[in-house]
Amino acid sequence: MKKSITLLTTVILMLSLLNNIAEASSLIIKGSTTVLPIAQAVIESYVALYPDIKCSLSGEGSGNGIKALIDGTCDIANSSRFIEVEEAEMAFKKGAYPVPFGVAIDAIIPIVHPENPVDNLTLEQLRDIYIGKITNWKEVGGPDKGIAVITRDTSSGTFEIWDEKVMKGAKVTPRAQIMASSGAIVQAVSQNRLAISYIGIGYMNKYVKGLKVEDVEVTPETVRTGEFPISRYLFMFTRGWPQGETLRFINFILSDEGQKIVERTGFVTIR
Amino acid sequence: MKDLKATDFIAKITISTIAMIGIFILIFILFFLAKEGIPILKSTTLKDLLFGLYWYPTYSPPEFGMLPLIAGSLAVTLLSSLIALPISILVSLFLSEVCPKTLRNILKPTLEILGFLPSVVLGFLGMVIIAPWLQNSFDLLTGLNLFNASILLGLLIIPITGSLADDAISSVPTDIRAAAFALGATREETISKVVLPAALPGILQACLLGMMRGVGETMVVLMAAGGAAIIPESLFDPVRPLTSTIAAEMGETPVGSPHYHALFFAGLLLLLMTLILNLTAIWIEKRWRWQWR
Repeated sequence: MKKSITLLTTVILMLSLLNNIAEASSLIIKGSTTVLPIAQAVIESYVALYPDIKCSLSGEGSGNGIKALIDGTCDIANSSRFIEVEEAEMAFKKGAYPVPFGVAIDAIIPIVHPENPVDNLTLEQLRDIYIGKITNWKEVGGPDKGIAVITRDTSSGTFEIWDEKVMKGAKVTPRAQIMASSGAIVQAVSQNRLAISYIGIGYMNKYVKGLKVEDVEVTPETVRTGEFPISRYLFMFTRGWPQGETLRFINFILSDEGQKIVERTGFVTIR
Repeated sequence: MKDLKATDFIAKITISTIAMIGIFILIFILFFLAKEGIPILKSTTLKDLLFGLYWYPTYSPPEFGMLPLIAGSLAVTLLSSLIALPISILVSLFLSEVCPKTLRNILKPTLEILGFLPSVVLGFLGMVIIAPWLQNSFDLLTGLNLFNASILLGLLIIPITGSLADDAISSVPTDIRAAAFALGATREETISKVVLPAALPGILQACLLGMMRGVGETMVVLMAAGGAAIIPESLFDPVRPLTSTIAAEMGETPVGSPHYHALFFAGLLLLLMTLILNLTAIWIEKRWRWQWR
């Protein structure tokens, strides 16, 4: 729900009206809905700092953002994945050189009900649970009860990482319940002792229990070092090496202050 | 005289223009649905689409089997109708035949207000109250399932069907009731043998309209039905109706992709279902409407 609202709403932050229109410079950011909350929070602070900038931000998916960057209709493309070879080739053909900046790290944590005794699962166990091979908690060291598998809709960015890092392309069992938002998943798992699901690190709260994966607990450090296996970088792509306004913005999001905002929106900072 | 004619003319033009705009918009929507939905047949066959068992639209190669979704829609609609329609009819009978007038003046508006309850509120009730209760009392894998969604949908259907059926029963002329009483029939006999048969077409129509509400409802099933794309084998299996599939997936689907066209095709199927119910209602109206005059 929340996602579709952010999708539909193009967030436009107005510049202060005190400035002359001629002096106002603009910054157009498009792309991933996963990066959207980060970009939104950073822009809010950025505009407060430099009130003469007109920022426009929209979330229509990583692919569309990169396409817009190649076409030159935006200055920065947010992406929850690295640029694909085809996209890079298309960009070169059009004379654009996309430059990636990793601005945050997104980690996905498997979660269960707080009363579930299981603490740790291997990637293989997670995969077997999700393809429907393991259907009882006792097979992974829990009580003799069925497992209620809950997953995200297959179009979501969260599912994308899960698919890439855990499922490795295998299909999620059709018996899995599909939920349309991370909020709904937290709600469902906190109410269901038999449930297992996964959420972005920013959605963790005390009503659900995060699992260790391959004996690695999820902390900002283990995510940054890559020890925690279910994570990915979030990128901002610029068209060529950034200059002017774009450079100032990229510098801002990579600064300590910018990274503090990243942390506040529930993602892992890059350092 | 001339002035009157002129104003008549203006009114006529205005009203027919507005009516035409409505019809045009409707035709446009239909056309748009068909235009965006039909191209899915380029990527898959109609048989695989309607009878395929697996809905994996984002994998490669994608699978667009909609049978579990169609089964989900039908199961939720049928079960909620089974729960809600008998209750609705009893409510309407009580309102129009049994209940004293003062009580009716309170109950009927209450019932109608209930019909305006935002479905997202009901869905929330289903997630927070009914789901844990169902799971604990029946020892289920999940409380978000067919039964949960059907109870909630039933709550949405009762005000609509109850209120419309009440209108149908109330419109049976009092002469007929008086005649029945005059012939020595008891109140129970009058209701079951005279009033009910006379109001039956109207009641059936009310039922069908209630079911249409059930087929099209999205928020409640998105929140409470569980969302597993399987053909339900028990009352407590999670299901994924067509409506919630469209709502959950449309936001992140690339425009023009087979997945996008498949979702529009799902919309077309939904439209077809409500159309069938609607046509049945019209047919009942034509065929069985009791002629009083």
